[in-house]
Formats: sequence, structure tokens, C-alpha cells
Amino acid sequence: MSAPVQHGLTEHSHGAGVPLQIRSDRLRSSSVADFPQITKTQDLWRYLDADQLKGLDADVLAEYSDQVSFSGPAGVSFEWVLSSSAPVGSIGLPEDRVSAAGYTNASKTLLVEVAEELVSSEEIRIAIHGDSSSASALHIFISAGKFSNTTLILEHTGLGVLSENVEILVADEAKINIVSLQNWDKGSAHVSAHFAKLERNSFLKHTVASFGGDLVRITPIATFAGPGAEVELNGVYFAEAGQHLENRPFVDHAAPNCKSRVTYKGALQGDKAHTVWIGDVLIRAVAEGTDTYELNRNLLLTDGTRADSVPNLEIETGQIEGAGHASASGRFDDEHLFYLQARGITPDEARRLVVLGFLVEVIQKTCIPSLIDSLTNLLEEKLNRN
Amino acid sequence: MSILQVKNLHVSVDTDQGAKEILRGVDLTIRSGEIHAVMGPNGSGKSTLAYSIAGHPKYKVTDGEILLDGENVLEMSVDERARAGLFLAMQYPVEIPGVSVSNFLRTAKTAITGEAPALRTWIKDVRSAMDNLKIDATFSERNVNEGFSGGEKKRHEILQLELLKPRFAILDETDSGLDVDALKVVSEGVNRAHAASDLGVLLITHYTRILRYIKPDFVHVFVAGKIAEEGGPELADRLEAEGYDRYVKA
Repeated sequence: MSAPVQHGLTEHSHGAGVPLQIRSDRLRSSSVADFPQITKTQDLWRYLDADQLKGLDADVLAEYSDQVSFSGPAGVSFEWVLSSSAPVGSIGLPEDRVSAAGYTNASKTLLVEVAEELVSSEEIRIAIHGDSSSASALHIFISAGKFSNTTLILEHTGLGVLSENVEILVADEAKINIVSLQNWDKGSAHVSAHFAKLERNSFLKHTVASFGGDLVRITPIATFAGPGAEVELNGVYFAEAGQHLENRPFVDHAAPNCKSRVTYKGALQGDKAHTVWIGDVLIRAVAEGTDTYELNRNLLLTDGTRADSVPNLEIETGQIEGAGHASASGRFDDEHLFYLQARGITPDEARRLVVLGFLVEVIQKTCIPSLIDSLTNLLEEKLNRN
Repeated sequence: MSILQVKNLHVSVDTDQGAKEILRGVDLTIRSGEIHAVMGPNGSGKSTLAYSIAGHPKYKVTDGEILLDGENVLEMSVDERARAGLFLAMQYPVEIPGVSVSNFLRTAKTAITGEAPALRTWIKDVRSAMDNLKIDATFSERNVNEGFSGGEKKRHEILQLELLKPRFAILDETDSGLDVDALKVVSEGVNRAHAASDLGVLLITHYTRILRYIKPDFVHVFVAGKIAEEGGPELADRLEAEGYDRYVKA
């Protein structure tokens, strides 16, 4: 349960003094009106100012009308359907005001259906490219049919102020590898709630990769609805001056004999670069045989950065395989630098080596070679900028 | 033939009570192929000498010089010193998260020689150096020093010494914390590097034990920030018999 000792790292606080709400008691609703106006006094929003949301907390948002393109192998269908029609809304209900605003104001939903038993190495791609800063709403529903095995990349670029809800159904025995990449231009704000439901013996690998955007806040929720399923929630982020990158993964162990692994790593560089990681795991009374571990690590490369990191574990049964967490945020250490320099490596190269090694480990877990290459290059560019 | 000269070196560190002088005028000359043992009690400044030569920013040189073949080492950055041929095997190597041993070794070798080593011969060189030091092959994929035992860390330091082929190696209490088997393995590594490339060695140690395996040409006794006595290997034998009491009480 304790963080492994690592040089130059400080252990996380266990939420001392913070009123912790029981995760299962949290309000869920598709109605914006059910949620109060956002203020810093609310636990869900305590790490940012409402004006950073650039209007996403309003009651009325525009329907997202910028470019959404998609492609995929045969056996994958894409269709815009009315958000009032099934299966939209069957996986999860919003847990916060911005998500509810997105939910209510997106009248249509992009329904992506992977046929049963489809096994394909060709990636499914959804590319969202914005060129407007008006606050808007988008809803996506991804359905991975029984026994299917696919990979999906959801990419966000350009300028956008977006409330996005993504529902993910992983049917019995299905496997899906999903990457949500946020590489927005300056001036963008993106708040996205992912709701994943894992049915019997299914597997979801879910990676959040956040690099560009003034504000990016992703809340992936994975709920086990059948026994024997497994989820990997991974995240990688790099916050530069003025950026706020927030991740709030939640694993709801609501079925027995399921396994979850949560691994988020981030680096921060530049004045007022801010990252937040709140990792919730709930093991319900029914979830005997649960095996869970969550980890968050942050590397502070310069002064003036801030990384908040809070793991929360609620356990309602003692009959589990294992439950643990580790969280630590540390500086890029002078002693690391000295050690590498003492082997002839220049200070710039030393920083590059450490940061890339630290973050690429998470990117490699996606097992998508083209993405690993492009994100590694992206990180190198960012490091060279400093 | 290279020569490393330390002349009248004075070094201070900043403390809460202000600057504290640790080295008080050290003179030492090492030539290629020579093995010098620096011995002394705790707190005598042995490690400070090692770190000062390597250029650790914590140690401020207030007077004196360090010259490598006449070049002013004190004007060089830490990485420049390493590229000039100085190597420090550290007493407490730090863990570097996210950087694998193989990536680290290749990057360091590239930095030292100025070009990336040819992959095929490099992999072979690394493997045989690891075999010699009885380092398991899985080490390559582990992060630098992360989760290494004390003995593994020291063997990893000597692995770097053998692969990077410096002109002068400073071994800062490389023997501390090692059992006899590990001590032999590490000593053999130092002797191999010494024989292979006419390496000059500055061996810093608290105990005489390692001198049974690495034979010094010169022994210097370090007390209160300077060299109190110098001699040949016989001085180490005398220290083994008498300890440091004679110097400390004097």
C-alpha cells in the first residue's frame, strides 16, 4: 500500500483534511440543472478556476459542428444517431455539470459499432479537428461487439472548447485498445467524460495522452458489469507553462474476479504548469476476488510547476486478491543530473533521457508503433523548446 | 602517458553555519598506469576529494588547481571532465527512473567517444563485460540503479568503467558494503580496466581489505582534509595493523 522508495520523490498525502465523498454516493444526472454552478469549493472542481472552462459550464452549449472524420476496417460502422435513441445513454450518466451540459446539448451521437467477432489490426480512427472557440458539445458511443478485438484512436487537434461524453461498451469476451489523444492548440479547453462498461471476461486498455490545450480534463470511468473482466487505464501527460491537465480515472469494481491496473505518468515544465490526478477505485461488497493497483508519478522539470496527486481506495469487501496504490511527485533531481553528466552526458541530453524514459514507458503500453513514434517525437520537440 | 595533478586544493561546502572548509591543501599526482590508494578515517575528506575532481556543484573550490595533462579541470563542466577522461565510481549511485541500463550505457558511450558505437560490436562488448562482472543479462532492461542491491550498484559502476575506458578512475569506497565474493568480482574488473588501457586509479577506501585484491603503487593517508603521510604498499600493511588512531590523536 505504500509507495516504493524512490530517490528525490515525495510521497503523496492521504487526503488529510479533505472531505472525501463516498464515490458510489455521487450525484449522477443528465440534467445540467441538477448540478450547482461550478466553484472552487466543490471537491470535483477544487483544482481549477471556473473561467478556465471558457464557458463549458453554461447551461446551453452549441452542438459541435467542426470536423469529425472517421475511418476503420470493414466490420466497423460509423453513424450519427439521435442521442435520444438506444443505445446512447445506456452506459453512464454525467457526474458533473460540464458533462451534463455536453450530454444535454449534443442532440446527435456518433455511434461506432465494432461487429461481433471482428478481429482487426487496422486501427479505427476518429479525428476531431476544431477551428472555433465557442463552447460546444459532442457525444460518441463506441460499441465493441462480443469476441471482437480492435484498436481505436480518438484524436483531438486544432482549436476547440469542447464538452465531450464518450460511452464505451465492451461486450462479453471483447478486447479493445482505445487511445484518446489531446493535442489541442493554445486557447483550447476540453472536458471529457469517458464511461466504459465491461461485460463478462472483456478487456479494455484505455490510454489518455494529453499534451496540448490550455485546459484538458478527462474523467475515465470503468465499471465492471460482469465477472472476469480486466481494465488497464493508462495516462501520459506533459504540461507546459500555463497549461492545466487533469485526469480523474475511476474504476468501479461492481463484479467479482475482475482486475484493474491504473498507471498515469506526467511531466511538468514552465511557469504555472499544473497537473491534477485523482485516482478512485471502489471495490463493492459483491466484488470478491478483485485485484487492483493504481499508480501516478509526476516529474517536475522546472520551478513554478505544480502536480496534485491523490489516490482514493474504497474497499467494501475483505475477500480480495490485492489492492494497492502509489503516488509520488518529484523534481528532476540535481543528483540525477550529476550522475549522468559524470558519464559525459550533457545536461540537455540528460534531461531528455530521463523525461523520455519516464513517459515513453506509458506510451509503449499502447502497442501502436505509429503512435509511439509520433508521440515520442512530440515529446522531444517539447523538451527541446525549454 | 597522461598525468592528473591536484595542487594545493582547498574545498568548502555551504552549511547552515556558513562555509565549512573540508579540504585544506591537497597535493596529489597520478600518472597513467599508477594505482594510488587514499585511506583515512570517516570525515577526513576522502569523498570530498573524489567529488571535487568530478565537479559536483556542492563542493566549492576556494584555492588550488586540478590539471589533466596541463588542462585546467576546474574550468570544465561535469560532463566535460568525463569526456576529458575522468571517471568517478560513486559510493552511492542514484536511481534514475525511466532510463534503462542499456539506453544509459549507449548514451554515455556515445557522449564519451563523440559517435554512436557500432551496434553489433557494442552489444557484444556490453554482454561480455556484464558476464565478467557476473551481472545478469536482464539488467540491461532495468532502470539505472532502480531496485539494485548494494553489490549490484557497485558492479554496475565498474561495468561503466570497463565500457567507457577513461584515462583516470576515482573509486569512491567502491568496496564498502560488499561481501568477499562481490569484492573479488569488482576488484577483478578494476584490474582488468587497469591492464587493458593503462588506467590511472585513485582508490579511496576506509579499509585495507580491498588492497588484497587491488595492489596499490602508492598509499596516502588522509586526515583532516589533507594528506598526513605517504608511502608504498607497506604503509597499508601498517594501517591494517595499527588503524588510524595514531593520526587522529596526533
